[in-house]
Amino acid sequence: MSVVGAAGPAVCAGVAPAPVLEVSGLRTHFFTKAGVVKAVDDVSFTLARGEVLGLVGESGSGKSITGYSIIGLVDPPGRVVGGSIRLHGRELTGLPAEEMRQIRGNRVAMIFQDPMMTLNPVLRIDRQMTEAVLAHEAVGKRAALARAREALVAVGIASPDERLRAYPHQFSGGMRQRVAIAIALMNRPDVIIADEPTTALDVTIQGQILFEMQKLARETGTALVWITHDLSVIAGLADRVCVMYAGRVVESGSCGELLSRPAHPYTRGLLDSVPSRNPRRARLKQIPGMTPPLIDLPAGCAFRERCSRAIGRCAEAPGITRYPGPVPARVVRCHAPLVPIDGAA
Amino acid sequence: MNATGIAPDGTQAPQPPAVPALVELKGVSKRFVKTLDLAAKVGNLLGAGVREEIVHAVDRVSLRIEPGQVVGLVGESGCGKSTLGRLAVGLLAPSAGERLWRGQRLADLSPAKARECQLRMQMIFQDPYASLNPRMRVLDLVGEAPVVHGIIAPRQKVEYVGLQLNRVGLDPTLMRRFPHQFSGGQRARIGIARALAVRPEFLVCDESVAALDVSIQAQVLNLFMDLREALDLTYLFISHDLGVVQHMSDRVMVMYLGRVVESGPTPELFARPGHPYTQALLAEVGRLEPRKRVFVPVRGEIPSPLDPPTGCHFHPRCPEAMPRCRDAAPPLVEIGPGRQSACWLNAAPEPGAAGGAQRVAT
Repeated sequence: MSVVGAAGPAVCAGVAPAPVLEVSGLRTHFFTKAGVVKAVDDVSFTLARGEVLGLVGESGSGKSITGYSIIGLVDPPGRVVGGSIRLHGRELTGLPAEEMRQIRGNRVAMIFQDPMMTLNPVLRIDRQMTEAVLAHEAVGKRAALARAREALVAVGIASPDERLRAYPHQFSGGMRQRVAIAIALMNRPDVIIADEPTTALDVTIQGQILFEMQKLARETGTALVWITHDLSVIAGLADRVCVMYAGRVVESGSCGELLSRPAHPYTRGLLDSVPSRNPRRARLKQIPGMTPPLIDLPAGCAFRERCSRAIGRCAEAPGITRYPGPVPARVVRCHAPLVPIDGAA
Repeated sequence: MNATGIAPDGTQAPQPPAVPALVELKGVSKRFVKTLDLAAKVGNLLGAGVREEIVHAVDRVSLRIEPGQVVGLVGESGCGKSTLGRLAVGLLAPSAGERLWRGQRLADLSPAKARECQLRMQMIFQDPYASLNPRMRVLDLVGEAPVVHGIIAPRQKVEYVGLQLNRVGLDPTLMRRFPHQFSGGQRARIGIARALAVRPEFLVCDESVAALDVSIQAQVLNLFMDLREALDLTYLFISHDLGVVQHMSDRVMVMYLGRVVESGPTPELFARPGHPYTQALLAEVGRLEPRKRVFVPVRGEIPSPLDPPTGCHFHPRCPEAMPRCRDAAPPLVEIGPGRQSACWLNAAPEPGAAGGAQRVAT
């Protein structure tokens, strides 16, 4: 398949290349009758070329809304109220709708959990795929069709010519997700935001999709934001991980560091509650309580009610602390982190 | 480590064991038939050749659950694990085969006696949203069945429901609320309280934690384990999540397209999976080791249960498929103490199958 530049980016190199995507201080709030829901409240991260960023959190943590905010799909009563989203240095927040439409699906693409959110059930696959090209480029129908065919091959669909003439209902769940990924790839975007794309799939099919995505990120240099609640998917896939809780990033860092030496008590709690991390038949280590409602969050650290390390200071909201080390640095939002700030490796 | 799990999981079951199993299914099948409608019948008169569509959701499966045991049932969508769970609990009637409760054939019992046995088996459903009637208060959701079955008098209901809610970690003062006023984890607890309210001995948990967040899932799994100890419960634990099944169960059964492909004591099965499908499944289990994994997927799709492949259902996707696999389905045979597998690699070594026989011998 044709790729954008053959030289693979140095994913794990110490020197950070210029970021493709820079999100800083992003705030997306929903103005409901019951009050303001701060779904995303001060989220920052950067994404380099070919990098896979895992955005982890439980339901209501704001991980999906972060993705929607980047691609400009937040509907009223929701609104991006602050922060900046820069794609190759170009500010995306506040961009006129038409300019955003040119970027969406072209430079930034999104894959949803349910592929039928992407696919139109009454249109043939060829029409839907070429549409994605024709919307952004002045190319002929035949060229667009060739691109569509190429994209289907890239995601591992056998007999692409036949498949192009089929309707979505003729595909299995895994195949539909492949088509959705192929559509996301059509314009060779710089960033793909994948919102739980394998959650609804069976284990063996999930393995296939992860395999394709990993290959594509490596070959095309497309950067991936992988939104999931499943830490085990992230463990094998991501370069860097952001853990979100109640609309905020509570910890971010390289995948290895974060999983082996979590600094935030919530990250630690999440990891410890996974059955395979506990002795068989033993009681699982659990985080007590449940996620607080995002409406009228109490001041201070949102996790403190459930936290075993909570101290008096936690009543005031902790800021972001940076660990010394290579950029992008590891950060934690906690007054009493599990990894001491000065001694961090 | 698994004293109860060693009993032969009899497909042939030569001699009945001393203690009857709590629940036993013998060669049960479930076929769902889409009968021909009028148009198709008329069409057939004119030679259209439309045939009835038959799905063999469960195909001659035997299952034995000892008192106090936790049996895990794993498989992907369409493998028949939920159907088997419903057969075990009696929500569906098998098309063939028989169900036994404490060694008695349920079909032979008088209706009154059968209902009494039936009450000892309960089910906890997957979706904590769809399985609770949104128009009923928790008090009625949990309290209705024990009153109907005469376990408690109507005037004891409030007190009894309070006890049930306490047991699953819910505040009894919330019993007059409706399901929509609870979070997913709390609803899962209501579902558990409802099942336990009729004092069952055997619970079928069908993906009961699949819809929950990781931290809430851990809480509910802990609750399952605590209740099992406190009330001496027996579980059939159905899940697609191998990590959960590994943690919870004494024995595991792996299903693929309606058939059991492998079963055995959990530690052994996870340590040395015998069937190529089990191996493929286990290879996909997410691990939390922070290491870039190279995902090596199983090829192919899960075939449609309407039109399963001939012979061994797994052969089109199997890395070790032989010509024989296409022609005939391998029988489920004993490959070790308490372990069974349905694969031609288990058979006497053939030319070209030497590796398989060796692997299975361990």
